Amino acid sequence: MSYVTVKDLSRRFDVSKPWLNRVIERRKKAFLTAVDDVSFEIPEKGVYGLVGESGSGKSTIGRMLVGLLPPSEGSVQIGGIDPFDQHDPDAQAHLRSDVQMIFQDPYASLNPRWRVRDIIVEPVVARGGETRGLAEQLLEQVGLSAEDAAKFPHEFSGGQRQRICIARALSSRPKLIVCDEPTSALDVSVQAQVLNLMSDLREELGLTYLFISHDLTVVRHMCDRIGVLYLGRIVEEADSEQLFAAPKHPYTQMLLEVAPRIDEIGREVPEPVGEIPDPINRPPGCAYAQRCPIAQPICSSQRPEFRKLGGTSVACHFAD
Amino acid sequence: MSTSIGLRLRNALDSDFAYLFLRSPVAVLSAFVVIVLVLAAIFAPLISPQDPFNPIELNLMNGFTPPGTPNAFTGESFWLGTDDQGRDVFSTILHGMRISLFVGVSAVSFALLLGVTLGLLAGYVGGWTDTIIMRVADVQLTFPAILVAMLIFGIAKGITPVEYRDQMAIWVLILAIGLSDWVQFARVVRGATLVEKGREYVQAAQLIGRRPGAIMLRHILPNVLSPVLVIATISLALAIIAEATLSFLGVGAPPTQPSLGTLIRIGQGFLFSGEWWILLFPSLTLLALALSVNLLGDWLRDALNPRLK
Amino acid sequence: MGHDLANPVLSLRDLTVEIKTRRGLLKPVDGVSFDIAPGEILGIVGESGAGKSMTGNAVIGLLDPPARIAGGEVRLAGQRIDTLSSEEMRRLRGKQIGMIFQDPLTSLNPLLRIGDQLTETIRTHLDLGANAARERAIAALDEVGIPAAEERINSYPHEFSGGMRQRAVIALTLCAEPSLVIADEPTTALDVSVQAQIIALLKRLCRQRGVAVMLITHDIGVIAEAADRIAVMYAGRMAEIGDVAEVLRRPRHPYADGLLSSTPAASAGQARLRQIPGAMPRLTALPEGCAFAARCERAQDRCRQGAAPRLEADNGRTACWFPIQHGEVEA
Repeated sequence: MSYVTVKDLSRRFDVSKPWLNRVIERRKKAFLTAVDDVSFEIPEKGVYGLVGESGSGKSTIGRMLVGLLPPSEGSVQIGGIDPFDQHDPDAQAHLRSDVQMIFQDPYASLNPRWRVRDIIVEPVVARGGETRGLAEQLLEQVGLSAEDAAKFPHEFSGGQRQRICIARALSSRPKLIVCDEPTSALDVSVQAQVLNLMSDLREELGLTYLFISHDLTVVRHMCDRIGVLYLGRIVEEADSEQLFAAPKHPYTQMLLEVAPRIDEIGREVPEPVGEIPDPINRPPGCAYAQRCPIAQPICSSQRPEFRKLGGTSVACHFAD
Repeated sequence: MSTSIGLRLRNALDSDFAYLFLRSPVAVLSAFVVIVLVLAAIFAPLISPQDPFNPIELNLMNGFTPPGTPNAFTGESFWLGTDDQGRDVFSTILHGMRISLFVGVSAVSFALLLGVTLGLLAGYVGGWTDTIIMRVADVQLTFPAILVAMLIFGIAKGITPVEYRDQMAIWVLILAIGLSDWVQFARVVRGATLVEKGREYVQAAQLIGRRPGAIMLRHILPNVLSPVLVIATISLALAIIAEATLSFLGVGAPPTQPSLGTLIRIGQGFLFSGEWWILLFPSLTLLALALSVNLLGDWLRDALNPRLK
Repeated sequence: MGHDLANPVLSLRDLTVEIKTRRGLLKPVDGVSFDIAPGEILGIVGESGAGKSMTGNAVIGLLDPPARIAGGEVRLAGQRIDTLSSEEMRRLRGKQIGMIFQDPLTSLNPLLRIGDQLTETIRTHLDLGANAARERAIAALDEVGIPAAEERINSYPHEFSGGMRQRAVIALTLCAEPSLVIADEPTTALDVSVQAQIIALLKRLCRQRGVAVMLITHDIGVIAEAADRIAVMYAGRMAEIGDVAEVLRRPRHPYADGLLSSTPAASAGQARLRQIPGAMPRLTALPEGCAFAARCERAQDRCRQGAAPRLEADNGRTACWFPIQHGEVEA
C-alpha cells in the first residue's frame, strides 16, 4: 500500500497581462502549464526522486503535496487523506503534522529575527503541543549542540542552517518530508554531511521522502525510485539502479550523458541540441521532439502515452 | 538579572550599529541635540523658570524685556527675554516644545500604526484588499499632506461642539497629521511584505497551518520594521514641521496651549516693532529640533541599508 | 597537453588581498601563486568563501574597497598589472582580459540590442567601419552557436534564454580578442544540458584561439570536463595545484581528497558518502597553522602551529606537511 498517491495531477498558472492590457492589445488569457497530468506513488518509508531541469514543474509538485498550492486538476492522497479536502478539519490538522518540507535556501527558510529554539518548535506550538526540551533534543539529533537553541540563524553556516531546517521539519514527528533541492545551495563537503544525516534519519525514524533535485547524482544517491520530469510531465520512471543502468527515454539518456563527472577527465561531451521549449506555448505531441535524435513525424503531433518496458515506465513512441 | 542586562549593554555597544554610530559625528551630534531637547521638553515644568500659563506668576511690567538685560521697571533679567505679556520666552519655548513633540510623536505613532497595519494587509492578503488600500493611498498622495491635514482639521472642528474645541484641538491636530502621513508607511511595509511573503520561512509557517494573522504579526512584521523605523524618524521631523505650519496658520494648537508654531505666529507680530527675540528663539528651537531629528533619520537609513555596507 | 608554461599569459606570485575591518585584518586571498599558459584552462575550485572569486576580481582590478591588493604580483604577458592606475586597468579590461560572470545580465546592457553592444565593443578595439563591424558581430554570434545570427543580432537581452545570453556574453568577451578570459561560475545558473553546451563552447574557443582561461567554479565535475590544470583553494590559500587528471585521480591534499570523495558521483550507488566533518573556518577566526587542520584526519602537531604550509611543502604541488602518498616511492 503506497503512502502517497498522486493521480493525474495538473497545475496551470494564469500568466495573463492585466485585464486592461488584454483588452487594448486584443490578447487572450495566457496560461502556463507547470505540471501536466503527473501520477506517481511513494510506498511507506520509500524515497521517491523527482529530477528535472528548471521549468520542469518539480517544485510545483512538491508545493501541491504539502498543501501550499492547490492543484488545478487531479488528486493527492497522503495516508488516505486529501490535503485539499476541507470537509474533515481533524484529518487536515493531522496531515499538517505528518507532512513537512525542507527548502532549498537555508538562508531564506529561517526567520532571521527568531531564535533557533522558537523556529524549531513552531510546528508543535502551532498545534498547542508540549515543547520543553524539544528543541535541544532535536538539535542534538541533527548534529548540533543544545546550546545552539538560544542563538539566531545568522550565527550559523549554510550547512548548519540546513540542519536547523531539518530539526524544524522533525519536530512535529512527520511521516513524510518533501525535500525541495535541500543541498543545492550547499558546498560539496557540506552536502555530503546533510545527505548522510537525511539517510540516517530516514532509517531511525522510518521517514518517507519525496526528494526533488536537478542533480542526478544526488537523486541517484538518495532515492529508491525516480521520476524524470520534462516540461511538466514525467517522461520516464524507474527504480534508481535501473534508470542509471539503462535509461530508456532519449531525454534521460541525454541528461545522463551530459551531467559533469569527476571520473572522466577531459571528456568531450556530445553537445545537446536546443533548449527547453516555452511552457506557455507548449508544442503538441512530445515536448522533447524538437531536440530528440530519434524523433519521427508522429512525435510532434501525438502525445506519447506511458508504456511499460520491464520495470521502467516511459512516455516515448520509440523507446525500447 | 543585572549581569544579563550588563551583558546585553556590552553586546549592544560592541555591535556594528553602535560602531557605525560612534564613527559618524553628525549622528552623534544630532542624537545629542535630540536627547537634550526631548529631556528639556519632558522636564519643562521642573526646569523652566516660570509657568508661562499661570497668570499669578506673570508680571505685565516685565513685558518686552530684551534677552539678557534687566527690565527697566522691575530689574528682573530674562535669559531669552520676555513677550508682551511678560512671559519668559525660554519658559514658553520649553512648554511649546512639549506640545510640539507630543503632537509629533503621537501623530507619527498613529500614522505608523495605521500605515503598518494596512500595508501588511495589502501586501499579505493581496487581491481586492490590496487594490482598495493602495488606490486610496494613491489618491491621498496626489494632495499635499498639509492640505489633507487642514481638510481633516476643518471637518473635525466643524463637528465638535464649541465648548470642547480648545480641548479637542490638540487631538484633532494629531488625527489630522497622522491621517495625512500613513501612506508612506503603508507603501514601504507593503513592498517589504511582498518580499518577505515569498521567502521560504513564511511558506514553512504556512504549511504547518499557522493562521494568516499569526504569520503577519509574528513572522513578517519583525522583518519589515527596519525601514519603518527610518520613515518614522524622518516623519517625526516632518510632523513637527507640519504641526508648526498648521499652528502658524492659526488652525493648530490654540494660544492657551501654544506649540512652537503658535509661538512663531505670535512672535512674527513683533518682528517689525523691534522685539526680534520673541520670534527668533522659538524659530531656532524648531530648526534645531527638526534638523537634528531629520539628520538622525538620514543616518539611520544609511546604517540600516544593507547595500551600503 | 604541452602548454607553454615558460611564457604564461597570466602569472600570480604571492597575491594577497586584505580587508581592514574593525575586528582586524582579514585575508580573503593569502599568498596565491599560479600561472596560466596560452590556450590553457586553469580550473579554480573551492567552497564559497574560499577566495576564488576574490582572486579573479583582484586580477582584473575590480576589488570593492576596503578590499585591496596588499602584496604579491600579477603579471599579464610579463607586464605587471597590479600597479596600474584604475584608468589603465579599465582599458586593459575588455581589451586584453575578458570576463564572463554567473549572471549574463550583469555584462549586457538591457536597453541596447545585442548587435549594438557587439559592434560597439568591436569598434572600440578594432579599427573597423560600421558595416564591417556588423559583419564581424554576426560572425561572432554564429561562432558561439546562436542560430539565425542575422536576425538575433537585433534582439534585446531579455528576448534571449539564459543559455543564449551566456553565449552572447562569450561572443561579446571574445570579439575584443583578449589573451585571458576570467570565467566566474559561468554555468552555475544554467541547466545541465545548457551547461554542457556552454562548457563545450568555452573549450572549443579556448583551443582555437589560444586564449588562457581562468575557470572559477565550485563544481569539480565542470573542471574535470573542461580544465587542463586545477587549483584547489581553501580559506583564501592554495591547497593543491596540478594537472587535472593527476589531482582528481591522486589528490595529495587531504582537503582535495575529501572534496572528491564526498561528491556523490564518485561513489556510485547508495553507500554512505564520505564526509568532511565541520565547515571551513570563517576568515575572522582562522586558526594558527593549516586552516584545514581542525577537519583533517592526518593532522599532527606541526599542522596546528606556526605558519600555514605552502605549496613548497610538497614541491609546488600541495600546501600540506603530510600529503597523501599514492603508493609511489617519494624521492
